[in-house]
Order: sequence, then C-alpha cells, then structure tokens
Amino acid sequence: MAANGPARERRETRRVDGFGEAPAYVGVVERRPRQPPVPVVLAPGAVELAGPLFGTRDVGPFDADLTRQHPGEPLGERITVSGRVLDGRGRPVRGQLVELWQANAAGRYAHRLDDRRAPLDPNFTGTGRCLTDDSGRYRFTTIRPGAYPWASHPHAWRPAHLHFSLFGTAFTQRLVTQMYFPNDPLLPYDAIRNALPDPDARRRLVAVYDPDLNEPELSLGYHWDIVLDGPAATWTAPASVPAQGGR
Amino acid sequence: MPLAPTPSQTIGPYFAMALPFPGGADLAPAGHPDAVTLHGYVLDGPGAPVPDALLEFWQAAPDGSPAGAAAGPRRDGDAFTGFARVSTGEDGHYALRTLLPGGAPYLALCLFARGLPHHLFTRVYVRPPGDDPLLAALPAERRATLLAAHDAARPRSYRFDVRLQGDEHHAETVFLHFGGAP
Ligand SMILES: [Fe+3]
Repeated sequence: MAANGPARERRETRRVDGFGEAPAYVGVVERRPRQPPVPVVLAPGAVELAGPLFGTRDVGPFDADLTRQHPGEPLGERITVSGRVLDGRGRPVRGQLVELWQANAAGRYAHRLDDRRAPLDPNFTGTGRCLTDDSGRYRFTTIRPGAYPWASHPHAWRPAHLHFSLFGTAFTQRLVTQMYFPNDPLLPYDAIRNALPDPDARRRLVAVYDPDLNEPELSLGYHWDIVLDGPAATWTAPASVPAQGGR
Repeated sequence: MPLAPTPSQTIGPYFAMALPFPGGADLAPAGHPDAVTLHGYVLDGPGAPVPDALLEFWQAAPDGSPAGAAAGPRRDGDAFTGFARVSTGEDGHYALRTLLPGGAPYLALCLFARGLPHHLFTRVYVRPPGDDPLLAALPAERRATLLAAHDAARPRSYRFDVRLQGDEHHAETVFLHFGGAP
C-alpha cells in the first residue's frame, strides 16, 4: 500500500452496537462531505434519466472468462458467477456493461499498490467485463479470490469478495459494490460490509451456491442477482416533493 | 412491490486495474473543432489532492439529444459518446475533452474514490443556467460550487474543482440525491 494507505484507513472505522468487535467502515474522514445531499426531482427528459450506451464491441472474447486471459491456467478454485441485473420493478436491465475486479487465489491484487507478502499469479489479472443479455443476465468464469488482511482494525481480514461495477438505463442507477461468498467465517468481522446498518442489505451482497451453475468437473457455481436503485427512465416523482436548497 | 436495491460498497483502492480505459476522457470526436477542455482538482477537507478518485460524466449532445454513440472501453474515438470516465492523477487533477451540451446546460458527474462508502452525484454547469430550479434553490455560496469557471482569455477551457468537504474558508461542493435511499 501507499504511505497514506493503512495508516489513514485505521481512522476510518467506528464501532457499531450489535456487532461485537466488528467495526463498521465510515470512509476516510477528510473525504466525507459534511452536508447532506440536496434532493433533486428530475423532470422527464432530464439528463440523469438517460445513461451511456454500450455495444458488443465494448467486450472482447475473453473479457468474461478471467481464467483464459493468459497462456497458462491460473491457480485457484474455478467458479462461475452469474445472475440477473434488474431494476426496482424487477425488469431486466439489458445490454448494459458489468465490470469485475478481484484479488487472485492468494488474496493479492495485480496492482502496484498491493505489495503484501503473497504471490502474484502470472496467469491471472483479475479484471473482467461483460454485457447483460436480453433477460438481464451476466456471467463470469473466474477463480475464487483469497481473503486478504486490511489494517482497519487488529486481525481484520477482508472476506473473499468480487468488486462489481454496473450501469442501468439511467445515470442515477450507477452502482459500484462487492459480492461475498456464503458461509464465509470472516463476514461478521468485515468492516466494509458492516458499513451497512441494515442486516437485510448486508445479506443481499452474499451470493448463493447454485449447483445448476456448476460446470461439470470444472467450476462451482454462484448465483447473485443485482437490483439497481434510483429513479429509472420511467420513474415519476411525486408532485409534492420540490427541489430543495442546501440543508 | 419494489425489489430491495443492492447496496453500494466502497470502490476501494484497486479499481484502477479494471475501470479506466484508453480514450475514456474523450467525449468529443478526435480533432473536432468545437472541442473544449473541462478540468480541475478533486480535494479533501484539508485541501489535499485526492489521487485515487474516478469521475464519470454524462451529458447531452450539442443538439440537446440524450443519445450518444457506444460509450464503452472500446469506443472508436470518432463519434460523440456523451460519457467520459477519467481518474485523477497523483496531484488530484483530471481533464477531459468534450463538446458543450445543448438543452440542459450541465454535465452530470458521478464521483467515486477510495474512502467514500458511496459514490457522489453532482452537476457541472458549463453554460449560463437561466432559471435552473436546482441552482435557484441554493444559497449563493453553495450555488457557485456547481458553476464551471470560464476565463475569457482561454475560451476553450473550463475549470471545475470538487471539494469533498468544506470548512470555514471553502464551500463544500453540492452533492445531489435523486430519490431512493441517500
Ligand atoms: Fe477488495
């Protein structure tokens, strides 16, 4: 990590009642806005109710299979991760870009800032992308990432996780989040996931083991659906909520 | 009954290996005579540059239409995309090339950074906003944080700094909430 990494992040957590020794991530104190966000009601046709378009040329043939991006086979347990991207009404989000990044099986990122004592894998980069299909489905083949230590509190290790980036049909639906694996003993101790005060919200970040997604003798399948928030293109605001100034 | 949304989680420090792509800072077609530069710094509360922020911009085309060309990581560079993705350098600086939007006088901005549990939305007004309802509702010192600075001596350049946190001397950039949970 860079010099301002772990030392600064040590100050980013606070204890939350009901989580024992597990703190909750509150971010870098100096970077957090002090003012609440200003509510805006978007009129039909507002810029934020549309979003960027992506096409098949944006995704290459090996982008969704992270195990085939190098000449050799990566180390680790092969997994298939798939699910649907939906809006709040359950409608599929079609043809949108899904991006993924992750640590290797030893829990190390192929990034210059990750210099901890764990091996890099010359056959694994850990980045992927795909487009959702007509039913909103995405699918990645990769390896299960390892846990890694994170200096937010003594003995803190991040549970295995995949970083996801998603676009909806509206710019307001933009989402960056993390997917976790079921029954990971590190989950209750994870400051990042514990940043969510709602236990149901925390649960929604955990995939389900799904043998129907297994590729025989090759990979274990995990199912994870993603629901995008925010006003979708057809969302209409209640007329009684005016745009307000800085509270 | 609406489905419960998938919650946001921090982007962390390692997004740089996956998200930025070549040409991501170019919304304007290569060599377009009307292209302008929009640039600035992302700063934290004490005024230190934020070197690990990711900024995404979305805007209308010059004719006011919302549609752009395919905007993704393998864009061809000769059509207006409406979408930019750019990360800050070690000095907290970002820059992009675009065409001024028609219709709505602003670029929508979604900002991610290590240390932010959730991304932040704001707007960059690059043309006189007229009677824009959002700006009209803000006190003057906060309104100014959404207006890109334009120096007549450099007509092709616009400057917009993001201050993640204000203090007694500096106004905090206005961030926006579009409905749903903040
Ligand atoms: Fe991570």
